[in-house]
Amino acid sequence: MKNFAHSWKVRVGLGLLAVYGLLALFGPALNSLLGLDPRAIDYGATGQPPSAAHWLGTTTGGEDVLAQVLAGTRGSVVVGLIAGILSTAIAVLVGVIGTFAGGKADACTTFLTNLFLVLPVFPLILVVAGYLQGGGVLMIGLLIGFFGWPGGARTLRAQTLSLRNRDFIVAMRMLGERRWRLVFVETMPHLAGWTSAMFLHAVVGAVLAEAGLAFLGITSPDAVSWGTMIQQANQQSALLRGLWWWFVPPGACIALLGLAAGLVNFGIDEIANPRLKAARRSLVKQVDKRARTIAARPEPVEQEIPR
Amino acid sequence: MTARKTPVPTPVLEAVGVTRHFDVSGVLGRTQVVRAVENADLTLHRGEIVALVGESGSGKTTLARLLALFHPVTDGEIRLEGTVVRPGTKAAKAYHSSVQMIFQDPFGSLNSMRRVRHNIERALRLHGHAAASKAERRQQVLELLERVNLTPAEHFIDKLPHELSGGQRQRVVIARALAVRPSVLLGDEPISMLDVSIRLDMLNLLARLRDEDGLSLLYITHDIAGARYLADRVCVMYAGQLVESGPTEEVIQHPKHPYTRLLLESSPDPERLMNPELGSAFDRTVSPGEPPSLVSPPPGCRFHPRCPSARDECRRAFPGRTEFPSGQWTHCWLHGSGGNRLTAPSNTGDHQADQRR
Repeated sequence: MKNFAHSWKVRVGLGLLAVYGLLALFGPALNSLLGLDPRAIDYGATGQPPSAAHWLGTTTGGEDVLAQVLAGTRGSVVVGLIAGILSTAIAVLVGVIGTFAGGKADACTTFLTNLFLVLPVFPLILVVAGYLQGGGVLMIGLLIGFFGWPGGARTLRAQTLSLRNRDFIVAMRMLGERRWRLVFVETMPHLAGWTSAMFLHAVVGAVLAEAGLAFLGITSPDAVSWGTMIQQANQQSALLRGLWWWFVPPGACIALLGLAAGLVNFGIDEIANPRLKAARRSLVKQVDKRARTIAARPEPVEQEIPR
Repeated sequence: MTARKTPVPTPVLEAVGVTRHFDVSGVLGRTQVVRAVENADLTLHRGEIVALVGESGSGKTTLARLLALFHPVTDGEIRLEGTVVRPGTKAAKAYHSSVQMIFQDPFGSLNSMRRVRHNIERALRLHGHAAASKAERRQQVLELLERVNLTPAEHFIDKLPHELSGGQRQRVVIARALAVRPSVLLGDEPISMLDVSIRLDMLNLLARLRDEDGLSLLYITHDIAGARYLADRVCVMYAGQLVESGPTEEVIQHPKHPYTRLLLESSPDPERLMNPELGSAFDRTVSPGEPPSLVSPPPGCRFHPRCPSARDECRRAFPGRTEFPSGQWTHCWLHGSGGNRLTAPSNTGDHQADQRR
């Protein structure tokens, strides 16, 4: 764990995620600190490009885009986290524990997974969200999470099936290890890479799904999120009217979140497979040693080495 | 729950008439039965090393896994100290306090994400041997590592498996098994995946555990030399059946079953290389054949298609057990009532080897 953040990719990814986390926590507070209000209408400046008064410009309704991005971060991140946690938890429960239990439990969970796998998820969320109007971001997050797990469960099931009969699990079982410890202490660490990659993927997917739902108008009217911003920009034909400052910031936020998740995944891979780390360190040592011997050689030899 | 009445002390671990069939579904949903182990009898006494030899696919590992209660037996009984044990029962958990297994592959039998300390501490804890304080537990782990010659133990206690060599890992696996304080170890080819240079070390370690702690060991191998070095008794397995057993030297010097002879002759022996006229029961120009399918084994004695001394009765029925004064026994018609002694083909003219395959 100590060396988790040793590569620049992971550091950048974690940094970006931290910025999003802070914005989600303090975005509204930051707004009031800057004297901004995402719903305040400035009648003197509608559809204005970025300026000193409005750093990211204003919407056609005269709302400050920066204020909306800051406020919207919380909405999007909350949806992402709720959906990510919920779908990953269900996937682990169904995919790992169901498989470990074996027999009828396994048959039931496999059936359930296959059932959910063939459901047309997005239209279903659309219908259910339309039916349960007015739950806000919380409800949207729960819905996305509830329908978003079967793919992950399938992946985890395949991995668990292979792990379950490996010698080291069999050996621990023969020691009399309790079943929950076999699952959580012996097996789950091997699935950490899968699970966390799944989680990050689910978070990004949920943010996108939320944006998609908002784009289609499935959102509560008072909610502010990146999705609602893009939806409003679309409604007012921002693209055609060249109001790029309206839809680029929320779009870039979503894209950057995806990038951050991908970067962090590089580090998670190393946790799940300690060999990657060891191999790299020994490689670094070898290279260092080679460099030192080269540096110690007389001049002409050194010049022959292509840098 | 009935103790067996025997003149000799009750064996620590005993397999009585153990049979294991696996159902395998083939193409078109047809199920076939693989007769992996048939009617095997095996006894392990306290402080005894029994080698189970046979070629790959002869059912050695299945027999070990039956003894480890990984699979339920199709027929027969596993007895620990005379008490019948079945998998999945409460007794099975207690059983694993007495019987532990050493796996063939030390690279697979340790969790790659857990340190040496974790493995051994869990074993201590699960069997109620763990000390209360952290320092004492550490001491216990260190002592176990020293018992398997992993010294300096402090150096190894916090290692991850990928930082250890195969031999060191196998020692950790043995230490983990010993942490349970078992009376029987089941070694499924415990040295076959190790470097040749450290195999002898491991054999000596196992012998020391027998001598010092009175451990019993079922040593599964196809290395006759290793078995001869280590084992007190040898059991020979062919195609799921035990065909011969007896004291190690007797079996190796005076093999009764033709298959045992084949096994012995297929292991490198410098003496035989120097004296080619020592003779062989097997025609060297003909390949010794393949082990039979366990789905449809040959009728009668399963070795008869490869046996140079096969006769009509060999194809009809499986021979009964013939006991010898030397302590050996075998299942072979050559030693049954009216059977001839196994003779080398070069000495006799009436030999009619039936190499059907």
